[in-house]
Amino acid sequence: MDNSSIDPRAFVMGCSAVGAGLAMIAGIGPGIGQGYAAGKGAEAVGRQPEAKGTITQTMLLGCAVAESTGIYGLVIALILLFGDPFGVIKGNPFLG
Amino acid sequence: MFKSCLLDKITIIPGLVCYDTDAVPKEGLDFNIGVYKEVPFMGHTCYITQTMVTTWFFMLVLLVFALCVRAKLKKYTQVPKGGQNVIEFIVELMDSFTRSNMGDKYAYFGKWFFGVFMFILMSNLSGLLGFRPPTADLATTAAITLTTFFLIHFMGITKGKAGYFKGYLEPIPILLPINIISEFATPISLSFRLFGNILGGMIIMSMIYSTAAKYVVPAIAHIYFDVFAGVLQTVIFCMLSQLFIKDKIPD
Repeated sequence: MDNSSIDPRAFVMGCSAVGAGLAMIAGIGPGIGQGYAAGKGAEAVGRQPEAKGTITQTMLLGCAVAESTGIYGLVIALILLFGDPFGVIKGNPFLG
Repeated sequence: MFKSCLLDKITIIPGLVCYDTDAVPKEGLDFNIGVYKEVPFMGHTCYITQTMVTTWFFMLVLLVFALCVRAKLKKYTQVPKGGQNVIEFIVELMDSFTRSNMGDKYAYFGKWFFGVFMFILMSNLSGLLGFRPPTADLATTAAITLTTFFLIHFMGITKGKAGYFKGYLEPIPILLPINIISEFATPISLSFRLFGNILGGMIIMSMIYSTAAKYVVPAIAHIYFDVFAGVLQTVIFCMLSQLFIKDKIPD
């Protein structure tokens, strides 16, 4: 294969991989959010050790809700990597 | 050339799309939805997947368990003994869980959510037995979430009546499109949360099994990704469903 041309499907797959990596930047937000929630939970347990059960339950619920944006990023990354959204495998008229 | 050397090996379908079973890899990293058989149905092609087989198996297990408990129900005494303790404990646990989220008036939702809870829990933990978890397929989680979506709006319309429709015009009527979009965001976020968590865990587990299983013990990762994340996401799913339903019911 001569060097002056790139297979368009290879180009789309490479760009999809870069996009999947960029989508996982979404993991920063939930990380900060869950850390903040856990810190506040530890603070609350320190102040009121008798309410540990309720605090843990509320914290886990908040953590799971905060996690959803990270999960959306993960799902987008997985679609880009394995779901073939641009028709590289299925066949796309623009890719030849 | 490109297609033969690369695409045949990396085509992995994580429960998102389903097409061209020839492209499903036969070896290596494999977490596709596991198509067993293609069945022509009214001009379309239906796929009998591993998800469906596992789902029917767990439905059968739960149904047989429920029927066994029901058959023993007549022998139950005022003071519990033996297996009756376990049954009463799990039923009371779910009942108090529902009561704390929805109030005593709507405690009857505990019966519905007990079934949902047991099914999702068994599905999430099935990774321990070597199955592909049915909840790692968007179709399963979307189906369970659709029932929640139906319950939210059914309870909203029957209990809230005019207040339900007025709720869409609050705080100002111009926000009506935003409110309608946010109603559809609820089931999407519920289903994607469960699906993404379980699928992510499953992918990491299959990566460990295919590469690092010689050097590390996969059981430690199973404790986190299957047991901890699985149980937590089950509780979160049921709790959020109950809170969303409660949100539409006026006090």
